[in-house]
Amino acid sequence: MSNMIEFHHVWKKFVKGEKFNSLRDAIPNMFRKMTNPNGEPTLAEREFWAVRDVSFDIPKGGVVGIMGPNGAGKSTTLKLLSGIISPNKGEIKIHGRLSALIEVTAGFHPELTGRENVYLNGTILGMKRREIDSKFDQIVEFSGIGEFIDTPVKRYSSGMFSRLGFSVAAHMDPEILLVDEVLSVGDTAFQAKCAEKMRDLLGSGATIVLVSHNLPLIQSLCKRAILIDHGEVLKDAATDEVIPYYENTVIRQREKEFERKRQQMEGVVLQVKEQEKCLLYIFNVIIQDASGHHHESLSTEDDITFLIDYHAYEKVEQPVFRVDILRGDGVLCCSCISSESDFALAETKGRRAVRLHLGKLRLAPELYLLKVSVWDKDLIHPYAVRYKDVLKIVAEDNRLSTTAVFVPEVKWEKVEGWKPQ
Amino acid sequence: MINAIKGLIKYRDLLLMLTFRDIRIRYKQAAMGFLWAIFMPVVAVFAGILVRQAMLFVSGKSLETHNVVSIAIKVLPWTFFANSIRFSVQSLVSNRDLLTKIYFPRAVLPLSSTLACAFDFSIAAAVIPFVMLFTGIGASVQLLWIPSLLVFLFLFTFGLGLLLSAANLFYRDVKYVVDIILTFGIFFTPVFYEASDLGKWKNLMLYNPLGSILESLHRVVVLKMLPDPFWFSYAGAVSIIMFCVGLSVFYGKEQDFAENV
Repeated sequence: MSNMIEFHHVWKKFVKGEKFNSLRDAIPNMFRKMTNPNGEPTLAEREFWAVRDVSFDIPKGGVVGIMGPNGAGKSTTLKLLSGIISPNKGEIKIHGRLSALIEVTAGFHPELTGRENVYLNGTILGMKRREIDSKFDQIVEFSGIGEFIDTPVKRYSSGMFSRLGFSVAAHMDPEILLVDEVLSVGDTAFQAKCAEKMRDLLGSGATIVLVSHNLPLIQSLCKRAILIDHGEVLKDAATDEVIPYYENTVIRQREKEFERKRQQMEGVVLQVKEQEKCLLYIFNVIIQDASGHHHESLSTEDDITFLIDYHAYEKVEQPVFRVDILRGDGVLCCSCISSESDFALAETKGRRAVRLHLGKLRLAPELYLLKVSVWDKDLIHPYAVRYKDVLKIVAEDNRLSTTAVFVPEVKWEKVEGWKPQ
Repeated sequence: MINAIKGLIKYRDLLLMLTFRDIRIRYKQAAMGFLWAIFMPVVAVFAGILVRQAMLFVSGKSLETHNVVSIAIKVLPWTFFANSIRFSVQSLVSNRDLLTKIYFPRAVLPLSSTLACAFDFSIAAAVIPFVMLFTGIGASVQLLWIPSLLVFLFLFTFGLGLLLSAANLFYRDVKYVVDIILTFGIFFTPVFYEASDLGKWKNLMLYNPLGSILESLHRVVVLKMLPDPFWFSYAGAVSIIMFCVGLSVFYGKEQDFAENV
């Protein structure tokens, strides 16, 4: 099979910071360089590689997903492919008619009517006028703009605007299609249409390169995926192989983020503690499984137990313990307050510990933050707050699923002989 | 350069649509519509008549109809030139969204600006035959030189527009420089007067390729004479060189546009 796209050892650099885009800046800068060649940081020092030695070939009819965290170089790769920017080094060969579904409304002009914009945008995307003539009715039908097609698009709602843009783009029949996260336009009905259109395109044997953060989409459309991070190809293999790998890199990044958040939190808590007289201090929160063994991470199936190790410097009467589990994005997943579970200590003093059994929580594989606090009996005044422990839930195969809070134990069955009443 | 022209031909539909867009937008929500394309040169012609009258008064002569026709036929190409350059210079920067998001031959943008101005020019130029008829200047065989002169004008304008639009993308100063030059350029080009009025400075006016094109137009239309062979060839050569240089410089820099705009 012949390759439609050949991307060989491509390097692309960008410059950080502002460029000298005015003669007023450029001339003094030139003088500075001449008189003081080693003094100021030169442009070369502020450069970085956005794409570093990336190579891949895509055969005819191949459907490939490109994924990676923000700033990995995905969009740069797509821009290189579409010819908007050119590489500093390396070779890009495109065999066939290429169209890009990037920013589908970029060619719109607000003063022109919908009809005029369909023609304008169509030709910008590389269609011929005659081609648009023949597809015009289909495009309008698909967009659902209907009678407003002869209204200037500046009077359109933003939804109509992007729907029309997508409709034009969707009616090209390219040999190579580049898609960059545009499938989330319009309401659900329109999205369903878009998905159908994508499937049509897949069926037509077009070569498709899809850039997206949407893992299920990549999983359902692409057989092959390329994972890019920091401008380099980390993995180029079957999608089912690459996605777990990608999720792992995401875990690592998110752990770093958590660490940062935790350090910030600690600062805040310390300040609070200095203001008030410290009566009680939580030394540690130990995450354990059912048998009391400490674990770095637990699985969805495990029973979860927290051991709270604290020191009461003076006698504290009727302390109330509270444990909140929060997801990384701040969603409160559950909250346990000891007084509500009829657990009460008359008083406590010295180094002590309490244990909280949560049983099978069945939390989705994710990273969670624990907020552990000790309060007076009316829950008005906290003695101590600890907001730094991370509960890591992993699936059997070390994967993260970022879609929901918990994974219920489910069973599906067919209902025999059911009749509506 | 051949590739650049091929690209333009391949994207001719886009060129047409962009030209159409530029024309539409200029006259959208304007009550007078296309009449503006005639009205604005008319104002310039009156200004020219005033200047001319003053010059003739000083030298003790009086204004004649052929002077008025001469101003009219030179004001239109000048307006075309000035407007085209003004729009071309901005054409890349003002279409930044297209430039950074979609691939197409970039030369389409300055070219469509120039073509939109050519459209205005042709509307206004449609009035000229009537002017010639009513003033009794009439036609002659020499009018056959006009198409080639207009081609020179177009090539020169387009070539310069390409150069300046690319330059303005990298250095926004260009726009200001161009504005200043275009504002006063009409006095440094033989539009309101003839190059011969300046006596020994005549050639200085004609080294300006626009000057030699306008002067040739004046000769073939008003004086009904052959264009001066030297200045005619000079204008042709400079126009073709400007077109080639503009296109190849533009084409060479094209791939850097998206990241520098």
